[in-house]
Amino acid sequence: MFEVLENETLAPALHRMVLRAPRIAAARRPGQFVIVRRAEGAERIPLTIGDADEAAGTLTLFVQAIGAGTRDIVAVPPGGCLRDVAGPLGQPTHIENWGRVTCVGGGVGTAVLYPLAKALAAAGNRVTTIIGGRSAPLVILEKELADFSAEVRVTTEDGSRGRQGFVTHELTELMADSATCPRAVFAIGPVPMMRAVAELTRPTAIPTLVSLNPIMIDGTGMCGGCRVMIGSEARFACVDGPEFDGHQVDFQSLADRLTMYRDHEAQCRVGLQP
Amino acid sequence: MLNNLSAKERLGIERVKMPEQDAIARSRNFAEVNLGLTLEQAMREAQRCLACKSRPCVAGCPVEVAIPEFVTALAAGELTVAARILMGDNALPAVCGRVCPQEVQCEAKCVRGARGLPVAIGYLERFVADWAMANAEDLAVESRPVPTGKQIAVVGCGPAGLTAAGELARRGHEVRIFEALHDTGGVLRYGIPEFRLPKAIIDAEVARLSRLGVDIECNVIIGKTLTLGQLREQFDAVFIGNGAGLPVMLGIPGENLKGVYSANEYLTRVNLMGAGQFAESATPILRGRNVAVIGGGNTAMDCVRTARRLGAERAMIVYRRGESEMPARVEEIHHAKEEGVEFVMLTAPLAVLGDTQGWVRALACQAMELGEPDASGRRRPVPVSGSAFELPADVVINALGTRANPLLTATEPDLKLNRWGNIESDAQGATSLPGVFAGGDIVRGGATVILAMGDGKRAAAAMEAYLGQV
Repeated sequence: MFEVLENETLAPALHRMVLRAPRIAAARRPGQFVIVRRAEGAERIPLTIGDADEAAGTLTLFVQAIGAGTRDIVAVPPGGCLRDVAGPLGQPTHIENWGRVTCVGGGVGTAVLYPLAKALAAAGNRVTTIIGGRSAPLVILEKELADFSAEVRVTTEDGSRGRQGFVTHELTELMADSATCPRAVFAIGPVPMMRAVAELTRPTAIPTLVSLNPIMIDGTGMCGGCRVMIGSEARFACVDGPEFDGHQVDFQSLADRLTMYRDHEAQCRVGLQP
Repeated sequence: MLNNLSAKERLGIERVKMPEQDAIARSRNFAEVNLGLTLEQAMREAQRCLACKSRPCVAGCPVEVAIPEFVTALAAGELTVAARILMGDNALPAVCGRVCPQEVQCEAKCVRGARGLPVAIGYLERFVADWAMANAEDLAVESRPVPTGKQIAVVGCGPAGLTAAGELARRGHEVRIFEALHDTGGVLRYGIPEFRLPKAIIDAEVARLSRLGVDIECNVIIGKTLTLGQLREQFDAVFIGNGAGLPVMLGIPGENLKGVYSANEYLTRVNLMGAGQFAESATPILRGRNVAVIGGGNTAMDCVRTARRLGAERAMIVYRRGESEMPARVEEIHHAKEEGVEFVMLTAPLAVLGDTQGWVRALACQAMELGEPDASGRRRPVPVSGSAFELPADVVINALGTRANPLLTATEPDLKLNRWGNIESDAQGATSLPGVFAGGDIVRGGATVILAMGDGKRAAAAMEAYLGQV
């Protein structure tokens, strides 16, 4: 059992949860994730470790309640427990000082991006962060990212916050000027966003890292359910990833495999949504 | 009942038939197929044993159960004695009585098999173990030995780890098992279906180890949560039995279509997560109307029989050699056939074919014929030209096997591996690192439950010797 210490709503359906998991807090590095099972009978759900405090023995998770499983997790109040938390899983992000990098976050992907951007800044990079969402409430962690970013640019599709449009518009602007053009790009968000960013940087071959979230069960490489095509090779996101070279990822296959249980998910939503 | 039968009288008894659930009914439920013997049946079968002095059956058992002794006690109706003997040698008798391939081990060595059928040692083991479970209060609680003060870490809660843990705890050591998944049993729980090995059996066997003082901690992934190095600092010795959890991919086009599973994923969803079995399970599974399982081992049989139970109209085994070359147990093949499984033999998959939405619609296949024997001694399948055909399927399961999972070994460069990534160990399980022992599939590659248990038992003895020296 893993005790939930804090549970705060950051945006509609987006929660910041702090839980006690001393071993994982000590072992974890940016880019890694945990598998959480709320209770007996619940699904095993992979969640990126947002932050950790080794001294306090705590993990911070950003959880977007998008399905029945994640809704159950965010419903656990402080003092409550999660039955299983296993990790840290996956490869840590390769952090180096590129000089100037751009971090691109879309929706809840921004929460996944946060520990990575923080580590890049700590390694001496000048970090420009672009975050976007459909509308203002879905743009998250702007203030937290501003703490270490040289600049934070915000876009919304409806123009309710920052500039109207997509994160790719901002990235195009940065790339157009040799003084701001990043040496590396880190993009985490919905599949179409990561794909668009990868296409944008492909012609100039700017190294572009994306973080993938395929369907996963054990998280230890045992089942192969999270396989993704990287170049011509099948790789497991749980052990080889979750971060991969965006120019090598087969986003079409990834997006398609994410719909494998859409009927099941639709059934789970019946009666649960207002 | 009489036990002073003459050899002639013993020879006159026919081998018992295992009572089974009706094939049609069971092909749609997850309840156990084999129902177990009655006391009367078990005693009569036990009386078939000639109690040979040379004990060939014992030599056929990887954990060297004192078979003639427990069978003789059972024949005399002395169940408590039989249970004590059996449980003294075998940490998981109720499991072995169900999933061991006795026909190639103890029963293959039984002298009665030379003329007629061997004693049904597996059925008898299961009977005694189940009896002990149901009547545990009749057995004196295993007294806890004097603590030695030595602490031992066991990595993995599968058959190898559980056996090593039991053996070491009986010797008075303080044992802690670290399990990566959220529940105990390893492959016994995530791999073997309920209809062959009920989860209640695993729970009971694990509970027995807990009463012996074995501490089990789930959700700890050695190589991730803690390193082998940390375990070596904190414990006097370490046993690694973390299994061969890494599926071999098909390597054919269409492998990423929706509806293609590895056997590990398919079985884990159903067995560990309860998908398709229990209404309260939140984990989904594609049930499939036409399910093609690629492979001919026990795992393939488990998958195809599970597919039937999840409602498949056609559940098919697709295997590139013939039925007699299949590595699966004869009993599993027989049960699968009774349950309506189709065997598509001498057929190799070429590609998984999808519809416009990315869902599996068929398996493109090619007929094979058997040529010269290959390195495994089995006749090599060779393609028959111009024989390509399509097998309609909406779910395809790859049961080709597993390789060594690198999570632990990747973090310990000093631990010597072979070229397949399996841990190198000597016959007693000692690895290249002092105080670190290993066994089961992480050493052998994909093998059986009982071989893993044999490794655990031998390694425990070697660890005992090691602990005496340090």
